[in-house]
Amino acid sequence: MSDIKIGKPNLEVFAETLLLEAKKNSSITVVTSDSRGSGKLVPFGKELPEQIVEVGIAEQNLVGISAGLAASRKKVFAVSPASFLTARSLEQIKADIAYSNHPVCLVGISAGISYGQLGSTHHSIHDFAVLRCINNLSIVAPSDNFETTEAIKQAVDYQNPLYIRFGKKPMMDIHSQNTSFKIGKAIIAKKGEDVLLIATGETVQRAYLAAQILEQNEIHATVISMHTIKPFDEETFLNEARKAKVIVSVEEHSIYGGLGEQCASLLAQNKINTCFKILGIPDEYMINGSQSDVLDHYNMSPEKISKTVSDLLINK
Amino acid sequence: MKHKELERKSIEYRKTILEIIYQSGAGHTGGSLSCIDILNVLYNGVMNITPENFSSFDRDHFIQSKGHSVEALYTVLQDCGFYSQKDLKSLNQFQSHFIGHPTRKVPGIEHNTGALGHGLSVAVGMALGLKMDKKEFRVFTLLGDGELSEGSIWEAATTASKYQLDNLIVIIDRNKLQITGNTEEVNPIEPLADKFSSFGFSISETLGNDISSLMEILQKTPTEKNKPNLIIANTVKGAGVSFIENQIAWHHKVPSETEYNMAMKELDEALLNV
Repeated sequence: MSDIKIGKPNLEVFAETLLLEAKKNSSITVVTSDSRGSGKLVPFGKELPEQIVEVGIAEQNLVGISAGLAASRKKVFAVSPASFLTARSLEQIKADIAYSNHPVCLVGISAGISYGQLGSTHHSIHDFAVLRCINNLSIVAPSDNFETTEAIKQAVDYQNPLYIRFGKKPMMDIHSQNTSFKIGKAIIAKKGEDVLLIATGETVQRAYLAAQILEQNEIHATVISMHTIKPFDEETFLNEARKAKVIVSVEEHSIYGGLGEQCASLLAQNKINTCFKILGIPDEYMINGSQSDVLDHYNMSPEKISKTVSDLLINK
Repeated sequence: MKHKELERKSIEYRKTILEIIYQSGAGHTGGSLSCIDILNVLYNGVMNITPENFSSFDRDHFIQSKGHSVEALYTVLQDCGFYSQKDLKSLNQFQSHFIGHPTRKVPGIEHNTGALGHGLSVAVGMALGLKMDKKEFRVFTLLGDGELSEGSIWEAATTASKYQLDNLIVIIDRNKLQITGNTEEVNPIEPLADKFSSFGFSISETLGNDISSLMEILQKTPTEKNKPNLIIANTVKGAGVSFIENQIAWHHKVPSETEYNMAMKELDEALLNV
């Protein structure tokens, strides 16, 4: 297995990148709902106090005010835990951001099961599903520090409503600094002719490590980092899917309505009858544990992902 | 514009509201008639919003949070020159942009509304943005009294007060009726003035269907430095047409041919008395 370099939590990289961008661009305005600490935005608040708005614990208001600030020509980053931002404020996202077409960047922090032990109230394993069916809203889940940096830089100039989610665990560096990142365009993190692993956000590193395990068994995997859930890069996915003997998707999200179901829909509608498995959180009240423990439990450890692939190859 | 001229406009607007609702077969009749005088005074006597300056942010702003009374807003915007009468009369037709709640596809509409309880937060954001850029323009928003049960209204009120948004002018169309019945029976919102006062607002109260009273209060608002403004406009739901006034059934009832003719006759007679 190749050397693994662990970087920072994507959350920290987000806050650092945004501060750098905001120093260059005074229209950048952060709106928080008592979440500047958990969003690593304390330095931002100290250095650029005129560019941060605090609304208290009021996520609906957070999103509505963000729409109004965007109307007044501010480039708004609305930051709140993903679980509350995308459920409590769903109607504001739908009506005030997407329908009214304000190019706010909604930032869902501590997404997925980052708050593993805090229970279902704090998990966002629904956000892809509920946001995917809202017209005029792009959805991004960066995998590593590089993708996070690039996503935030591109978000500054992004002309449409955008949701970005990430977690708070240090992430493995997957991509080199000269990789091309563009919202809406998947990255092929590794090329292999046998199987296809497609993942998004913090599960990309697990898929990547699974591919390294498979490599030891002479199974060569392509790994796609599908950092943009919407608009979905159908072309890259279908091109790779047509070549693969089996396909496995991996996501820190419900098995309903996320990456896996998007892939299944595309496979079926493009007559690709390849053996396919969705790995994600099943439709049950989740087992208690850290993000890492829970993902491992639901077959998303590198070892279990690789075993899923091997089993599919044997039984296909 | 002189008060008499505005009074005449209000009656003409009422005729147009009823005409487009009658012709399209849908609309919120009672609420549109209750708030039409407020919109008349705002657009023709108070706010600096025109078709010519609308694409700029350097002007006043208006968000109709009670989006269901869109027929009143469409009518006033047409009269102000944002689009033609033909466009207005496409209300609710297949492929028309003139749908049953405000949409930015219609010229002059600032923000898409329809889901209640949203407008105040957005108005707070706009007023805050203007303050951050040290611009002197004002943000007006019209709320229905029924929508005050939405918790997001009160979230927004706290932020308006925190940021001392004296450039924010919130008007409540206090017609005291919502679709199920009297607001105080459905879910009491009184004492309204005290509630908003305790949230840090500067409070005014006026007759919301009286042009002179509205002009007087709106022309002297903002009233206090560093406080957001609240105007309780006491109105009558269905105001201006005797058999529609204060009738819950007319929340979104469409007039029959007989009712339409009766209403037009009554409004034509009112025009003679201005």
